[in-house]
Amino acid sequence: MRKYHKALLTIVLLSSTQVILSAQSDKGSSGFLFYGLLGVGVLVAMAAIISLADNLLKVEADKVGLDVVKNDIGILPSISNMIAGKTTNKSGDNSFTKLSKGFDIKLVGEAAAEIASTSVTRYAICPTDFHGISPIPKVVVEVGDSVKAGDVLFFDKKVPEIMYTSPVSGEVIEINRGEKRAITEVVILADKTQQFKKFDVPSLVAGKAELAKFLQDSGAWTLFNQRPFDVVPGINDFPRDIFISTFDTAPLAPDNNFVVAGKEAYFQKGLEVLAALTDGEVHLGLNGNAGAKVADAFKNAADVKKHYFAGKHPAGNVGIQIHHIKAIKSGDKVWTLGVQDVITLGKLFAEGIYDASKLIAISGNRVVNPAYVQTYTGAQVGELLAGNIKTDDKKSRIISGDVLSGKQKSTAQYLSFRDDQITVIEEGDEFEMFGWLLPLKPRPSASRTYPNFLFPGFKFEANTNTHGEKRAFVVSGQYEEVLPMDIYPQHLMKAIMANDFEKMEGLGILELTEEDVALCEFVCTSKSPLQKTLREGLDIVQSQG
Amino acid sequence: MGLLQFIKSIEPDKKKSPFLHTAYDAFFTFAFTPDTVTKGGVHIRDGMDLKRLMFHVVMALQLCYIFGTYNIGHQHFIAQGEYLGFMDGFHLKLAHGLIKMLPIFIVSNVVGLGIEFISAARKGHAVEEGYLVTGALIPLIMPPDIPLWILAVSIAFAVIIGKEAFGGTGMNIWNIALLSRVFIFFAYPTTISGDQVWVSGFDSLAPGTVADYGWWHTGFFNSIFSSMGLPLFDSAASVVDGYSGATPLTLAYQGGWEQVTSHFSESQMLWGAIPGSIGETSKVLIIIGALFLIVTKVASYRIMFGMILGAIGGTLILNAWGATPFMEVTWYQHFLMGSFLFAMAFMATDPVTASGTNKGKWIYGALIGFIGIIVRVINPAYPEGWMLAILFVNTFSPLIDHFVLEANIKKRLKSA
Repeated sequence: MRKYHKALLTIVLLSSTQVILSAQSDKGSSGFLFYGLLGVGVLVAMAAIISLADNLLKVEADKVGLDVVKNDIGILPSISNMIAGKTTNKSGDNSFTKLSKGFDIKLVGEAAAEIASTSVTRYAICPTDFHGISPIPKVVVEVGDSVKAGDVLFFDKKVPEIMYTSPVSGEVIEINRGEKRAITEVVILADKTQQFKKFDVPSLVAGKAELAKFLQDSGAWTLFNQRPFDVVPGINDFPRDIFISTFDTAPLAPDNNFVVAGKEAYFQKGLEVLAALTDGEVHLGLNGNAGAKVADAFKNAADVKKHYFAGKHPAGNVGIQIHHIKAIKSGDKVWTLGVQDVITLGKLFAEGIYDASKLIAISGNRVVNPAYVQTYTGAQVGELLAGNIKTDDKKSRIISGDVLSGKQKSTAQYLSFRDDQITVIEEGDEFEMFGWLLPLKPRPSASRTYPNFLFPGFKFEANTNTHGEKRAFVVSGQYEEVLPMDIYPQHLMKAIMANDFEKMEGLGILELTEEDVALCEFVCTSKSPLQKTLREGLDIVQSQG
Repeated sequence: MGLLQFIKSIEPDKKKSPFLHTAYDAFFTFAFTPDTVTKGGVHIRDGMDLKRLMFHVVMALQLCYIFGTYNIGHQHFIAQGEYLGFMDGFHLKLAHGLIKMLPIFIVSNVVGLGIEFISAARKGHAVEEGYLVTGALIPLIMPPDIPLWILAVSIAFAVIIGKEAFGGTGMNIWNIALLSRVFIFFAYPTTISGDQVWVSGFDSLAPGTVADYGWWHTGFFNSIFSSMGLPLFDSAASVVDGYSGATPLTLAYQGGWEQVTSHFSESQMLWGAIPGSIGETSKVLIIIGALFLIVTKVASYRIMFGMILGAIGGTLILNAWGATPFMEVTWYQHFLMGSFLFAMAFMATDPVTASGTNKGKWIYGALIGFIGIIVRVINPAYPEGWMLAILFVNTFSPLIDHFVLEANIKKRLKSA
């Protein structure tokens, strides 16, 4: 607001000099000089009165304890409010936020809304899926042991209270180790019929400590993802708020309306559990795009605050939604969960079993029959995709997750813990003549130098070619175009590269995680590895405090 | 792909001949997009890369190139008092334009790219694409008669001191093309300022000076034209009486807008059939190029509009002052003269040297517009300001960004 006044004053001063100068140059007419000065005098007086009134209003507001900046108190509208890109309409409990920035990557191979049969026998929990866990956790099972779903497999020696439990019942057949003997996978050969460990469920009013103890014992605590840093929360780290995005705008992402169908009661139960775990709110992000279907389970969810978001990807990312609902500040801890994690949590409290079953979207242009499959957390990728990858001379890349922030997997590896999607796309390891100028095939691009923006509905066959070589940062403003947050990603990246710890925090690194900057990385003309850089920065900030 | 295999088979060894390998790599990646795939991070990448970006800027300059080349010839014959119509003597004007333009273009690219290749080989980097645009911009901002050795020295200075010393493309502080021009401006001022330099083909523009034709005119082109029965270059042709060669800006400095319009009509200035730097004269074609850059989002519209607003603001203040006839020239008249639009569309929008934040871009553009107009009108030595204004604000663009970022940081801390 103060800046606005300065600008106003400058304008007044400038115009007054202009009038005086023009009057001087026109020596003949002293009448003009007089009226000019008079006019300026009146203007200055008016500006002074308005400015005084404005300041008095703010002083008064401060006295009664109102936040001057947030409530936009004052006579003059603040410039940033006038040119802000988002509009928020608050109506009752629901808020609506329109995000103008972002970019939808439309790809061929969307999963059809049907459940295909599958026969996965091997499942694994991989310690490497959890940030910050020590590389060699204490494994409490041995090869040959039989476990039930919900039995403990291992725990982190630094936090022995939090159990990592088995998603299925069966026999432990492998404990695989990677570099420096780090444990990478605990593999279970699943039984034909699943047996669940029966838990004694505490009442929701039992208090947070008792609930936490139960969740940590049953393995459900690991469903929670704590921001910043994306870690499993510490044993007594209850969140400021809990955020759930009920729609995913990433390329080929599963449709949560389809996922939640038939499990509405569990979902609602899960929300009630979450509400008991925080002193803040449980915030639900809903799809507010025109014409978007929103399942009743989301629309009519109780005990939560609902926020509608309209816009292109990454509008469905929970990080973006947190930024607009209640941004993460230094020292804040919030939790995020996926819709299916809430269902698992709900079922645990409704029936006393840890049921890690999941619907996985099998998608991508290299999949024969893109559809959903019913399986469990940590299913083996090769078995999930058996017979479903196109067999021609082209190479395929299997990704656990979406094409922007997923992890590359071999068929012998396992679905990442939090993923509910597998994407298989073509490898692009081919030279292309003048590919940078005249590509043979249409390719996704946010750039207007391609005619893509004229065909918004077109679905692309993407491959993994980098379409160019890595360069220094040249273009500016490109990342901001696809990140609907009040953050300067390029300068944040430079701060990370320069190891400038304070600037990183100041520029909002705590609000970001890899999936939020993934789209920036996609559009980057210089092909910079932003997600990797961001994680390096997060690691630095985490280790500092 | 027989061709691909052949080309790959002649790849020079990187250790034995680093320069050859760098050069090979530059041309190879120009012809073939590499087969590299994503690793870690995103799995698919946008089809946009730096080559494509730079190429689109070069595309936007093409109309200026065609017109500028022809206009060199046109101005040459205007000075002789012959072929006064724009399309009269088309072949002669085009031939003269090419004789002047091609050496400048070739020298600019051979010197600049040569330095790029050598330094890339020394650093073991791939050749970066920045010079594609710089090499296309430099000929357009030179007077047509610029001595080639001066051009070569200035480019060497700009590329070595202005860019490679800072670490190459993306690291430089000042606009390379303008740096080469400002080098000439300070080191060899007589070749790039005054009334005499904007019309080519004469040693001086004093009436009666005989045209300075070489073998290309009288030998090469005349023999072609004579075989086709077309009019020839006349080696006895001389500057017509009463011709001055003054540019609109010089005229405006002498006597305001009236003096300008007594020599040039507004439509002449708009379409660009006036003396000046090679590529800057045609306002219409520059605007088309600017629109192309804005539509493709290759250049920032924020900088362009910021600069227009700044220039209008500066002009209004000067109008109010009105101490000299030049100060009374209105803002749209300023846009018709000199290189304002060219600087706005192609020079100020260089993303490396401009501010990086969106808010900063408005401030950056407005400052250039404001300062540029002041320099143009008030500087007695040289009635044009954009080159100096842009380099000046280039220096401050990190500072502008700093304030924008500090505001963002403060806002975040405040609400914590």
